Amino acid sequence: MDIRKPFISLLQGRTSHLKQLRLNFVPSLFAIFGFFLLCGVVVHARGQNALEFYSTVFSSGFSSFDEFGYVLFNATPLIFTGLAVAIGYKSGLFNIGCEGQLYVAAFATAWTGMHIDLPALLLVPLCIAAAMIAGAAWGAIPGYLKAKYGAHEVINTIMMNFIAFALMNYLVTSIYQEPGQMIPQTRQIHETARIPRLASFVPSLPDSNPLNASFLIACGCVVFCYILLTHTRWGYELRLVGNARDVASYGGINPRAVTIWVMALSGAAAGLAGVAEVMGYRYRYLDSFSSGWGFTGIAVALLGRNNPFGILAAAVLFGLLNKVALDIDILLGIPRGLFFAGQGMLIIWLVCIEGISRKKNDT
Amino acid sequence: MILDLIPTTLRMATPLGFAALGGIYSERAGVINLALEGMMLIGAFGYVVGTQVSGSVWFGLLVGIGFAVGLALLHAVATVTFHADQVVTGIGINILALGITEYLLPTSKQVGGLPHWQLPFIGSYSFIVYLLPVLMVVSHIFLFKTPWGLRLRAAGESTEALAALSLSRTQWQYIGILLSGLLAGVGGCFLASEVHYFTKGMTAGRGYLALAAVIFGNWRPLSGVSACFLFGFATALELTNRWNIPGQLLNSLPYILTMVVLIGFVGRSRPPASLGKMKS
Repeated sequence: MDIRKPFISLLQGRTSHLKQLRLNFVPSLFAIFGFFLLCGVVVHARGQNALEFYSTVFSSGFSSFDEFGYVLFNATPLIFTGLAVAIGYKSGLFNIGCEGQLYVAAFATAWTGMHIDLPALLLVPLCIAAAMIAGAAWGAIPGYLKAKYGAHEVINTIMMNFIAFALMNYLVTSIYQEPGQMIPQTRQIHETARIPRLASFVPSLPDSNPLNASFLIACGCVVFCYILLTHTRWGYELRLVGNARDVASYGGINPRAVTIWVMALSGAAAGLAGVAEVMGYRYRYLDSFSSGWGFTGIAVALLGRNNPFGILAAAVLFGLLNKVALDIDILLGIPRGLFFAGQGMLIIWLVCIEGISRKKNDT
Repeated sequence: MILDLIPTTLRMATPLGFAALGGIYSERAGVINLALEGMMLIGAFGYVVGTQVSGSVWFGLLVGIGFAVGLALLHAVATVTFHADQVVTGIGINILALGITEYLLPTSKQVGGLPHWQLPFIGSYSFIVYLLPVLMVVSHIFLFKTPWGLRLRAAGESTEALAALSLSRTQWQYIGILLSGLLAGVGGCFLASEVHYFTKGMTAGRGYLALAAVIFGNWRPLSGVSACFLFGFATALELTNRWNIPGQLLNSLPYILTMVVLIGFVGRSRPPASLGKMKS
């Protein structure tokens, strides 16, 4: 293997950045277009008006600030999980354990918020730190097993997901369940552990809108990840380990150490999705609250081409889809499954395109 | 009292066992198969729909298997022909199956179950239950004692071995994946036929559990299916809850065991050498 090759490709990646960016996002745009076209065809085949469907899709997302607030609210956890998947992917690791990591993190936040009584200025950062540490720990275990024993992180993250579901279910039904309640949920966290809703700052948002400050945290994370990945030494090490493991180790980087901290970082990012849920929306831990955010994160990262800003856009799109799925169910009587099926097709289509381009590079 | 647990164990282990056998064929041919979950789900769905439409459980079984093989074909085209990432494709297929079945959710009508056979000393179980040990042995013989099995395994062990014999790796990978669709489909049909209806997401992670069994059994049919019986036993224990062990602990036991085996504390589990690699 030519040792210079990965360096050259990294350099090239920097010089023709804009062109590459354009090339990167064309398949995604095609995929989105194809997705909506397919949905229209299915709706037409059902004997309903496809144009009415499209106008419902548009109005359900953009007709008012309120509607758009819901879209961004839906997008918030997906930004975190999308970033988590992308961070791993950049260094050649596949974190499908986001679902488990965000549950563990959400519980850690809820526990901290319930049991520690401090002024908001201290408690909010403490709760966020608790989530990040819990998520990072849950992610670092598969990372450590990969680095130390070579155990495949895909399998281990899946296993850790199921262990997290079981463990959290045990904790919330057997120990921390709110007294006198049938619902498997904990009691509420302290007032001071809550992060404010944006409705109290933005006058055009009605008070009922659940969009909260965690969306701003998510945007901050997008910028942070972009800088981390492209403009720091750690980002360089991370990408080098992903692109050329041997080169990295000749260059004095310890790929094993990178594996562990990348998985920890990825887990921490996924854990912030738990913050959005517990501190920003429900103010308590509810058993199995996530509707597959960890898995949707994979689609988000894929559609956003593992670029932090692309992920932001993709997460907003999926936030819109999740909202529209409910609305078309109510307004037009089209079952939500249509959008899940479309989402699955979207994923398969995107990886096929990626596979073809990789195949072309190989030969 | 352990004997009381046998019926539940068998019922829990059978769908897992079929899916695990399917997983073994696919992974031995070098293709990671996370789509087992989706294939089982659509198999169960196909069984209920086919039976409702025709009134015959055999037609339902056929439709269930057909749907699952269709999904397997999609997996094969994406991963083998287009070199798509196998893990992501698998997850995509699972979401797709979940979506399709939710969209076309059959009206909650009861359907008949597959015929039960009464055997002396054993009791009365669906014939699928008896089929599992047979297929387990057949799979073992096929994979390790026949030239075809050798070729299928060669597809998973090395990207060049089959090319050196001027045989097609692609062809054997297709065979492996389609077989896995067939078997996972049977598992799904069994699942639906035992409860007589279909519900949204009724496989509830069984495909992933089967995958854990594949790894736990070191990618071998005999030990893989045995692992399914062990996992089925854990579920049976949880359902009866005899010794007051928290159910969730028993629930997660298979996953913890699999992680331990993967690390190599108790007999290391080794995947096929070219598992997940497409480059030739």
